[in-house]
Amino acid sequence: MKPRQQRMLAVGLAALGIAIAAGLTLRAFQDNMMFFVEVSDVVAGEYPKERNFRIGGLVVGGSMQRAEGSLDIRFEVTDTACTVPVMYSGVLPDLFREGQGVVAHGRMGEDNVFQADKILAKHDEDYMAPEVADSLSKHQQDIQEAVVKGAAECRTNDS
Amino acid sequence: MWKWFHQLASPPHFYRISAILAPWLAVPGLILIAYAAWQGLFVVPMDYQQGDAFRIIYVHVPSAYLSMMAYMIMATSGAIGLIWRIKLSHAVAAAAAPIGAGFTFLALCTGSIWGKPMWGTWWEWGDPRMMSELILLFLYFGYMALRSSIDDTTKADKASAVLALVGIVNVVIVHFSVEWWSSLHQGQTVFKKGTMDADMRIPLLIMLLGFTLLFGAMLLRRIRTEVLFRERRTKWVREMILSPEGGA
Repeated sequence: MKPRQQRMLAVGLAALGIAIAAGLTLRAFQDNMMFFVEVSDVVAGEYPKERNFRIGGLVVGGSMQRAEGSLDIRFEVTDTACTVPVMYSGVLPDLFREGQGVVAHGRMGEDNVFQADKILAKHDEDYMAPEVADSLSKHQQDIQEAVVKGAAECRTNDS
Repeated sequence: MWKWFHQLASPPHFYRISAILAPWLAVPGLILIAYAAWQGLFVVPMDYQQGDAFRIIYVHVPSAYLSMMAYMIMATSGAIGLIWRIKLSHAVAAAAAPIGAGFTFLALCTGSIWGKPMWGTWWEWGDPRMMSELILLFLYFGYMALRSSIDDTTKADKASAVLALVGIVNVVIVHFSVEWWSSLHQGQTVFKKGTMDADMRIPLLIMLLGFTLLFGAMLLRRIRTEVLFRERRTKWVREMILSPEGGA
């Protein structure tokens, strides 16, 4: 083997080794790499019990309830399969609205209501002009429907 | 073809060719950027949810793409330098690092400026896309620090090439972070069908091309300086500088 080929082999093997090591490490820390927990996992009880975590999903249409004269708000988040109720007190980001993605930071209460201390709006990868958005695409209508009725079957038994 | 390639890898030849090539990248690049910026700021309709704030995409996406592209160029030319011992390719790697760091910084800043009004936060520790892009910036810093801490150029070239190769893992993570894990950051838009209206997308594609050309020109100019410094004791540099033209 020529020296050049030896070097090529060495670089190739090193790269392969690093890739495998990185892949294994990331697999091992899979849960820690997640920015938020899916609603279905929360309903199934697969979330950190003793500390704060983030829950991510879509705000269920028509679920927003504001308390008169305060910043308290209650709404439901869904992943179109399951639903979790969320309580929050504070200012909401501009993009927060029904049917939109949202990430809430906080912890699960005794009553199975998620007590949020921070709400972030999550934006999806769709960009369009207002006129176009008015004539919603089929795909989006499907999501909207799922969000609205979403999740009657699978929810935390809070009430 | 191979003959042309070998010629290009010779420093004096590259030095001549790059002087001719650089403006041919810079001028069209700047024209495209100016056109796309005008389109993006004044012509393109606003987004149905984000309003005018979405227009930052015309800087953010090209910067983020170049932050990864520059790294891949840096790492690949480092590997070529290690394997084939081509002097020029180490100069390419050294020249690419500061430009890549600049674009990474720009991507982080523009993302943060957009994130405050849209997400409701400047920065979220623990988000895989944000963290991996920040690590990319630190990798560039580490690469440049390692280079400047070793006086012997040959040794610096080798050590930094190894570091750049290891760091490729992170570029892969930056790219796939929004697919592998849940993230506040949205998924792929640019090359995915049905995610963006054509009148918004086309200026973005023009911007991407313009940024790439400008990056090419910046890289060429930096490699020229790097080559000149590395070859400062050689005959061709001496002759060029002492020649009546003074080395243009």
